[in-house]
Amino acid sequence: MRRAVLVGTGSSALVVALLALKPHQIPGPDTSAARSPVPSHTSTGASTGTGTYTGDPVDTRYGTVQVAVTVTDGRITAVKVIQAPDQNGRDQQISSQALPQLTQEAIKAQSAHIDAVSGASYTSQGYAQSLQSALDQAHV
Amino acid sequence: MSDTTAGLRHVEHVMGSVFSFDIRDEPTPAVRRALDEAVHHLHRIDEVFSTYRPDSCISRLGRGEIRREDCPSEVLEVLFLCAHAARVSDGWFSIVPEGTLDPSGLVKGWAVEAASRILHEAGAHDTCVNGGGDIQIRGRAAPATPWRIGVAHPLRPGELVTVVTAHDDLAVATSGTAERGAHIVDPFTGRPATALASLTLVGPRLTLTDTYATAAFARGDGARDWLEGLHGYEALAVTPDGGEWRTTGFHRYGS
Repeated sequence: MRRAVLVGTGSSALVVALLALKPHQIPGPDTSAARSPVPSHTSTGASTGTGTYTGDPVDTRYGTVQVAVTVTDGRITAVKVIQAPDQNGRDQQISSQALPQLTQEAIKAQSAHIDAVSGASYTSQGYAQSLQSALDQAHV
Repeated sequence: MSDTTAGLRHVEHVMGSVFSFDIRDEPTPAVRRALDEAVHHLHRIDEVFSTYRPDSCISRLGRGEIRREDCPSEVLEVLFLCAHAARVSDGWFSIVPEGTLDPSGLVKGWAVEAASRILHEAGAHDTCVNGGGDIQIRGRAAPATPWRIGVAHPLRPGELVTVVTAHDDLAVATSGTAERGAHIVDPFTGRPATALASLTLVGPRLTLTDTYATAAFARGDGARDWLEGLHGYEALAVTPDGGEWRTTGFHRYGS
């Protein structure tokens, strides 16, 4: 069980690291999520950290952002945007691509079996923060 | 082994970026206190060094309103490190990259390294501190399991160029244009550096690893030869057309 918790929390920092990478991607409307088969790479040994957890709403300069994360056996299987700022056409266009991509990345990186990601920095701050609070609930 | 270790994790928004702490050691009270201290330290560094705050020490120093002696001792340390990095990089790292005093290119890595050290001194020996994609690793992810750090592909979002495996303490820093547009300037021309899409450097400690990565990125075409001669550091670069090059010893860390 503890081991599962460890694996699960390992994923959470990874996701936040990934989210910190994306360029000019403003969290968007409820375009949500990618559900994808996640190849298992370690045996977690137990099934804690399963369920859907809603993150805190986070105020950004674009508006309020809130996400929920679905975790199965300590692994992220989907990220859903519950609240997002009002958007103009351009932002809408960006986010309709960005969010599924961010989620895919989070899921893909888990299967790449890595602990963190190095890349030039950019912060999708509200998204990352709300996601982290959801993950904190999932694992603590 | 890890079965008995809950670990500790924290994400902090500071310095306009996301800092994450991944501590694999037992979260003893001492380790928790050290994490609080490390986070506090990041905010303090931001207060002193932020070029976005007109009242920060570094802004006031840049405007000539105060002297170096009026600043906290960290300012002198940073200025010294910047001078060292400028010398080693033949001026490709600059503390006045766009004409005004701005040691930001060194401060973030220095802050991460300091945070990592605070944790280490409190007994957390297996840690990963990540400051917006620039990373200081210590120890191992788990007993007999090295940390694995993905290097984001600058041209293909969501893909990794390689995975760096850290068998011991290691710093990994990536400089690039992709995430925020061109934001590293060539200190000799004042124009954005565009010869590379990204450059990832591994080295022992993040302060200089990150700073040299920035310098190498600005240097562009000449970076490879310079880095080959830099003891203790190895690099992987991606060019704007998707080409890649690595220094000769990079294979010790990743493919």
